[in-house]
Amino acid sequence: MDAYTDKIKEISKKILSEGKVDVVIGFRKGTLGYMSEPYMAKSEKEAENLVFDCNCRMNLVNYVTNRKDKVGIVVKGCDSRNLVTHIIENKIKREQLYIIGVPCTGLADKKALLDLAEGEITSVEDDNETITIKGDGFEKKVAKSDVLQSNCKTCIKRNPVIFDELAGPEVAELEISDRFADVDEVEKMSADERWNFFGELLSECTRCYACRNACPLCYCPTCFVDESRPQWVGKSDNETDVLTYHFLRAFHDAGRCTDCGACEAACPMDIKMRYFTRKTIKDCVEKYGSEAGMELDKRPALDQYKINDPNEFIK
Amino acid sequence: MKMISIKKSDWAGAMEKVQKSYRLAGPVKEKKGHTFRELKDGETPDLEYSETRMSVKEVVLPQSEVMFSYSLDENKEGHHILEEVPFDETPRAAVGIRPYDAKAVEILKKNFMTEDYKDPYFERRYENLTLVGMAENNPSPVNFSTSCGTGPFDESCLDIILADAGDSYIGKALTEKGEKFAAAAGFAEGDSGVEAKLAELKEQAEGKIKSKVSFDKIEKMTILDLYEAPFWEEAAFACINCGTCTYACPTCWCFDIQDEVKGKDGVRMRNWDTCMSEVYSVHTTGHDPRHEAWQRTRNRFMHKLKYYLDKYEDGIMCVGCGRCVSQCPVNIDIRKVCQQMNDYEPSK
Amino acid sequence: MRAANPYKPYPVRIDEIITETDDKLLKTFKFVFLNPEDEEKFAYKSGQFAELSIPGQGEIPIGIASSPTEKGFVKFTVFKAGKVTSYLHSMKVGDVMGLRGPLGNWYPWEILEGKNIFIVGGGFAYTTLRSSIKMMIDPANRSKFGTIDVVYGARTPGHLLYLDELNEWGDRDDVNMHITVDGTDDPNWRFHKGFVPQIADKVAPPASDDTYAIVCGPPMMIKFTQPVLDKLGYKHDHIIMSLENRMKCGIGMCGRCNIGKELVCKDGPVFTLEQINKTPREY
Repeated sequence: MDAYTDKIKEISKKILSEGKVDVVIGFRKGTLGYMSEPYMAKSEKEAENLVFDCNCRMNLVNYVTNRKDKVGIVVKGCDSRNLVTHIIENKIKREQLYIIGVPCTGLADKKALLDLAEGEITSVEDDNETITIKGDGFEKKVAKSDVLQSNCKTCIKRNPVIFDELAGPEVAELEISDRFADVDEVEKMSADERWNFFGELLSECTRCYACRNACPLCYCPTCFVDESRPQWVGKSDNETDVLTYHFLRAFHDAGRCTDCGACEAACPMDIKMRYFTRKTIKDCVEKYGSEAGMELDKRPALDQYKINDPNEFIK
Repeated sequence: MKMISIKKSDWAGAMEKVQKSYRLAGPVKEKKGHTFRELKDGETPDLEYSETRMSVKEVVLPQSEVMFSYSLDENKEGHHILEEVPFDETPRAAVGIRPYDAKAVEILKKNFMTEDYKDPYFERRYENLTLVGMAENNPSPVNFSTSCGTGPFDESCLDIILADAGDSYIGKALTEKGEKFAAAAGFAEGDSGVEAKLAELKEQAEGKIKSKVSFDKIEKMTILDLYEAPFWEEAAFACINCGTCTYACPTCWCFDIQDEVKGKDGVRMRNWDTCMSEVYSVHTTGHDPRHEAWQRTRNRFMHKLKYYLDKYEDGIMCVGCGRCVSQCPVNIDIRKVCQQMNDYEPSK
Repeated sequence: MRAANPYKPYPVRIDEIITETDDKLLKTFKFVFLNPEDEEKFAYKSGQFAELSIPGQGEIPIGIASSPTEKGFVKFTVFKAGKVTSYLHSMKVGDVMGLRGPLGNWYPWEILEGKNIFIVGGGFAYTTLRSSIKMMIDPANRSKFGTIDVVYGARTPGHLLYLDELNEWGDRDDVNMHITVDGTDDPNWRFHKGFVPQIADKVAPPASDDTYAIVCGPPMMIKFTQPVLDKLGYKHDHIIMSLENRMKCGIGMCGRCNIGKELVCKDGPVFTLEQINKTPREY
């Protein structure tokens, strides 16, 4: 990963000094050993702070929405697909961007790292194969595959689909069998079981909206949960309102979600809300043969109309 | 002051006994770790925990609370007139809270029980509540409570303090409320060795805290100097303006008031709110005094570390529990921001 | 015994609704207390506000437009803008709702007594100024104040509030009313034409230790009035302003209306410019 970091710094300094971009949006080292912080470098000097490793869990496309300047941005495979969607949806122009692509071998699950630690984590090192967790009086090595974020285990695009320069050689894509095993489990449940399952899943949700705010798709000027005229949803911790929020958000992102996992990584309560978004991904793949953000000239599945669309349901 | 010593094997029995006269809230082990919540009858507060994501705030300021009920049915007498809702007066106890979280309750009290107004919802919960603290022998790496005028063994805001001494919990009843609770639980009286043991454990625990903040210079700067400091945009760049820090914070007190109606029956209720959200401060005209996301982040830190400090002249609005530090999705760290503020030198 | 619940509104009945402006966006609501003894509890001073409380809709903070010298009712002039005010505009005489307050501080009458008062108002922020003028010119109070000068402006004559009253006050010689509109094609218009700051510049009483300006209006008006007052030599602790911010509780607890460490709802809404200069202008 140090090679990625070095290359990102090198590219960033170059494009900043050549005036190709006004800023570079990347990550800097966090104050906690297992975290990183989204960061905007405005000068060559600041570009020295940029890093990339398995702790870079946020999707930086979230930070370029509606920007007017020229932006360098660090993206993983999934993020690059969100960039495609952003460009299609006029949230940013391709010409404004200098895309630094990161061929990605996956992110480390924060909870998994903390569970392995025997005290304060001072650093987490990542050589694409092995993760070394170092801390106050301990050091642990684990296979990266054992601590991957769950979305990274079913990743369909580790290499960026769109970029100006790569931070390292392309990596092999994963061979996945049973991509939607988790969704299948839920589909098999009876309606009652499913209802209970969802209730349990969301029982600790505080509606902090970290999932929404970490999501590059959620850029509505006013989210439906914040709307007061009309008020669609109550604002309390009422179970139905909490469910409504998560369901509607998932549906709103249907056909656009790249399963980047930022929502789950952001959740302070470890809620697995990707059960909802992944169902929409599965449906779009199975019913429309459509994966979000793979090509610049292909609009999201639910955002296009063809004269020969199956239309029996309208009768 | 009564010393307490209770064998761990007697703990569950004592809690069962005390539940005859108290409703309890406390740490409970659930699938994802310990949660601090209202206990059901027969549930025992589990004192063998390291941290709870949510604090005791929920007990004195629930996330959602009905304030009034009313009817919109014009055929009913008293329609459109708000009625108070009943309140369960049974004494309550928060058992096993961290001592610095108790300090947070005192901070909340400054906001909700003022000379001019008493918030009746907070007041009745507060007065009804006994705070039974569980000192922390092994503070987490993000704990900086000793910098915040409190600490893992701070007795100042508790009714009872307990600490883990191996096979038993030892401690003290610190107030009249605490003595009542100890009597109701049938806590065995501790011997004279308890005080010394507590002092020893306290020194060890405080010694483990490496994380520190200072605000001595913040105190001396003007509000405008700090407000206009050049570092805010950068410090707040990563912030996604979610409510994580504000909800996890035991001292963040902001709330929203909402009317909810089902058929002809309505309630006015209040819900936690977060200054991170745009709807928090936006005017009806669409004008928002804190329109930019970073301005909202600045407001939160300024409130905790400067406005509160100046308004009450009693330290910062933070007890150093570290919840916001470990829960923030983008690793914005109040310790770092506080340092940045304290180190700032306004150019004159 | 516990103090009264500060969140609990007094039940009131809408007694009269007056449409104030040609665009019908401003209406004045006169409320009568359902329990007559509540009127005494609601004792207020000019400059304070209250929460108009509509069950099922919510609450909205509005400056009190009636004067403490007017008995038997409380009056508010409300601009139709958001959820609660739009609903209020659809309500009718006889409807029951709530009134919570009085809230906030007031124009500092303790200091203002014995002084010359220069009132500068624009648009629908004129309401608490109206309350103040009405209170000061009451026969029981008029002798407590020196000269009273008022500049009040709106976009057009059709946007002026309380037009009949303005005409009546315009005829009095114990108050100098300088009414102005940005523009009008009415040939019989008897008052000024021009923006409030320009008129204020022309008619302002000279600055002195005994003269206070009370300024209330839209941000633009305030922005351009301040340099005029500066030029005339008004000291910043002699310039009094009333601020607005989004509010919920009205009693300084819910947090959102802060400007720096001050809460507009409780520490304000009335501040001197000197105070405002020391705080972030987040309003």
